[in-house]
Amino acid sequence: MAINWFNYSSPASFYFLAGKMIPPFTIAATILFAVGLYIGFFVAPTDFQQGEAYRIIFIHVPAAWMSMFLYVMMAIWAGIGLAFNTRLSSMMATAIAPTGAMFTFLALWTGALWGKPMWGAWWVWDARLTSELILLFLYIGFMSLQAAIDDPRRADKAGAVIALVGVVNIPIIYFSVKWWNTLHQGASVSITQSPKMATTMLTGMLIMSIACWMYAIAVILMRTRTIILERERHTAWVGELQGATK
Amino acid sequence: MIWASWSDFFSMGGYGFYVWGSYLVAFACIAGEIALVFNRKRTLLKHLSLIHESTKEEKRNETTS
Repeated sequence: MAINWFNYSSPASFYFLAGKMIPPFTIAATILFAVGLYIGFFVAPTDFQQGEAYRIIFIHVPAAWMSMFLYVMMAIWAGIGLAFNTRLSSMMATAIAPTGAMFTFLALWTGALWGKPMWGAWWVWDARLTSELILLFLYIGFMSLQAAIDDPRRADKAGAVIALVGVVNIPIIYFSVKWWNTLHQGASVSITQSPKMATTMLTGMLIMSIACWMYAIAVILMRTRTIILERERHTAWVGELQGATK
Repeated sequence: MIWASWSDFFSMGGYGFYVWGSYLVAFACIAGEIALVFNRKRTLLKHLSLIHESTKEEKRNETTS
């Protein structure tokens, strides 16, 4: 029984698959947000140095991780769409951009609100902060470039170029704290070394990260379905779907 | 329990403005994004049904005239 790998690469079949995938991810996101926030505010102890202000970490770090992760995913899908001319891949890239931009803004906003009490400044032209700001501009650039081009297929190609060119910014963000060693502290969590954080704080942060991930998947799948309907509105199956929903 | 009272919880050790400023905006961003996605689909479906209606009328007019 040969597996038909390409069965779900057709927008029509993926539309229904995505429809079935959204509820489980939504439930997972809701539960994990509740658990993560509970641990973050009621289990994790007060920090000896920063007092209670450090609790911003439970949204700041997940948002920052997601902003980088989603940009890489966007670049991968855009690259596949460009290389194989597969419409659905480009639709996925288009669907990821707004959520990625939201998480980037959130990382910058919560970072500023954390920086003010701890560093004494809302904003510093620090290597990490500046490269994250550039990431926000890249997301906005991707979205506005695609919006400026009428033909979706040409918009996909143009978007793919900006996504792929911009992906070099992701390692820059990640290693900026080490290379330039400016104000933002280094990674306290890395795959290689043991974490330098208290376990409850770390658990809370990791649960919130997975919660943000589940949320991102659910929202992006919902937006992909809408994009599929928008681009396939002339097809028969959308017509039937349209007739059925009457 | 870490917090002596609810007011102690909301003061967040004096950093309430910064912590709740972060979480309120985070909640607003997530809620806003969900609203936008739902709204986008609703307006699209409304738009599609209008087209669907008008094409049906055209067909009916063609056949009757």
